[in-house]
Amino acid sequence: MPTVLILGAASDMAVAIARQFAAEKYDIQLAARNVSALQAQQQDLEIRYSIQATTHAFDALDFDSHAAFYNSLQPKPDITVCVFGYLGDQQQGQSNWQEAERIIHTNYTGAVSVLNIVADDYAARRQGAIIGISSVAGERGRQSNYLYGSAKAGFTAYLSGLRNRLFHQGVHVMSVQPGFVYTRMTEGLTLPPLLTAQPADVAAAMVKGLKGRKNVLYVKWFWRYIMLIIKSVPEFIFKKLKL
Amino acid sequence: MQKRLANWGNYPVVSCEERSFSREDQLQEILDTQTSLIARGNGRCYGDASLGDYSISTLKYDKVLSFNTAEGIFECQSGVTLDQILEIIVPKGWFLPVTPGTKFITVGGAVASDVHGKNHHVDGAFSSHITEMEVITSLGPITCGPDRETDLFQATCGGMGLTGIITRVKFRLKKVSTSYIRQRQIKARNLEEVIRLFEENKHYTYSVAWIDCLQKGESFGRSILILGEHATPEELPAEQRNAPLQLPAKKKLTLPFNLPSFVLNKLTVKAFNWLYYAKNTAREINNVVSYEPFFYPLDAFLHWNRGYGKAGFVQYQFVLPLDQKEGLVAILQRISDKGWGSFLAVLKVFGHQDSLISFPMEGYTLALDFPVRKGLFPFLDELDALVLQYGGRIYLSKDARMKQEVFWQSYPHIQRFADIVKHYNSNAQFRSLQSDRLLLTPAQSTHPPRHESTQTIIHLFRHHDF
Repeated sequence: MPTVLILGAASDMAVAIARQFAAEKYDIQLAARNVSALQAQQQDLEIRYSIQATTHAFDALDFDSHAAFYNSLQPKPDITVCVFGYLGDQQQGQSNWQEAERIIHTNYTGAVSVLNIVADDYAARRQGAIIGISSVAGERGRQSNYLYGSAKAGFTAYLSGLRNRLFHQGVHVMSVQPGFVYTRMTEGLTLPPLLTAQPADVAAAMVKGLKGRKNVLYVKWFWRYIMLIIKSVPEFIFKKLKL
Repeated sequence: MQKRLANWGNYPVVSCEERSFSREDQLQEILDTQTSLIARGNGRCYGDASLGDYSISTLKYDKVLSFNTAEGIFECQSGVTLDQILEIIVPKGWFLPVTPGTKFITVGGAVASDVHGKNHHVDGAFSSHITEMEVITSLGPITCGPDRETDLFQATCGGMGLTGIITRVKFRLKKVSTSYIRQRQIKARNLEEVIRLFEENKHYTYSVAWIDCLQKGESFGRSILILGEHATPEELPAEQRNAPLQLPAKKKLTLPFNLPSFVLNKLTVKAFNWLYYAKNTAREINNVVSYEPFFYPLDAFLHWNRGYGKAGFVQYQFVLPLDQKEGLVAILQRISDKGWGSFLAVLKVFGHQDSLISFPMEGYTLALDFPVRKGLFPFLDELDALVLQYGGRIYLSKDARMKQEVFWQSYPHIQRFADIVKHYNSNAQFRSLQSDRLLLTPAQSTHPPRHESTQTIIHLFRHHDF
């Protein structure tokens, strides 16, 4: 059976993504730092969808472990979804290097480190698909979250380059820009219902997008245009805005 | 963030802080910091039982933990809904031991309300099928069941979340050989006849009657009795026999907005009831139907509650002891005279149940909707007085307005329940608008209402990730 690897499997979005793929009869490999937190999810997937689910310890920040982690996967996944990310605290990160480094390493360096390994394997086998969850925050830096935004911008650029490289080996790379999503992370916020997706919407759009070989997927289509407008504000005006 | 929250009756609507959890450590973190909170599942209780200053949504705590397909034992976290469970168990030849009239409730809610179904007279309430469950009380997590920590178990079944947060439930399923129901519908000309028919047909596993409360004289209590048994493969029409455990197709209609409240008036309700009764032209109909229309006729209309308009509605459900048939007549008479009742009322005969705080007792239960309007609450108080007079009680899961003295006089073991709650909920940490109203939790100083200005999109961009 085809297998999907989910990197950063414990989040609300990852739970929904795993379920969506499992409903399509994929076996699921759940990878996260805290494996014990994945156990209920593993049982849930197996019972609900009659598929095989396994759990794997994976720490995005432990770059040296990534090769061993990927080599240990049996079978090798047909699809790899990179879901992990870290919003962090912008204010703190501005003066505290530890926080800034964690934001950058989780959202960018860690993702690059593990996806390089996956990409080499897929390129060699001339098959597979990679999905990266980036963020619309990466499309223009704003004072409120430019550490996170710049790391995601790097990740977005990485995915687009990877897509270009792997196209010639028949490996598809899809970038997903979710926009606002109702998750535990955003629970304290008043989000505009029209612009906000449920994790299950993200998951459904992703599986559908992959089937349609989408390159860059906006879960709610108008986000593409919202970002287009935001990107087209001239810098001499943009820098004066309190965004 | 403050949200406007209401349960299924759309009354009351309150400003409430809502948080969720998907792991126990996240729940513990909330419990360590919040002094006053109540668990909330899918919001399908009707009134204020899961509303308060702060509610904890269990909807993300929704993992299925085990399913023994040989013995029919199912275990899951409390936020899993019955419709999800049906999708898992029906294809494997199992069914819910007890189900209420909607499948969009969580398992935690099924326990907290100790829900009943059309088979109460045979199979009891949901609590009769639980083998074990975990509750996070103010003393910490405790595993309880019919044979361990029984005081906590009894006070949690039907206890409306006041003993703590129900996190994990293990229960027995019912074996079925098809996903279909062999249904029998019998028209009854009046109340006398339907009660006789209930008696004659009590060997049926499932029974319920839809009763037209607006009829008078000879036709007073005119109804349709609906009986059912799980069908065997031999009873299925040929085309269904190949896939006897097939799930029903998903087709849903939705009411996207509230109807203006004048849509439902005495005339339209009367017309609807007439149609409902007249559609069965024969006195008796026998057929085989999927479980979906049999158990969940209203689930096909998502948001049917919006039909009652913005002001919302109260579902009034009471039970009277078996020997108080004249009480049933008296109350129905009052409802019929007033003419404020809903489309239809549901009548059911409960079997015996030993319980501490659960609603069911052996007798007649009647449920009907009343759109909220001026004068409704005084009228319902009058009905309460009759219910009390005839030795009955009101279902907490539907309640939004009962006076505390009615509650304390009608539930026989209430003092014992209150004592157990005090033990496991020592600082009244678990409390709802309902528990405050019914004086199950001690009065607290009222907070000044917190207001939050509507945030603009610019504000969002400034402060939040996206």
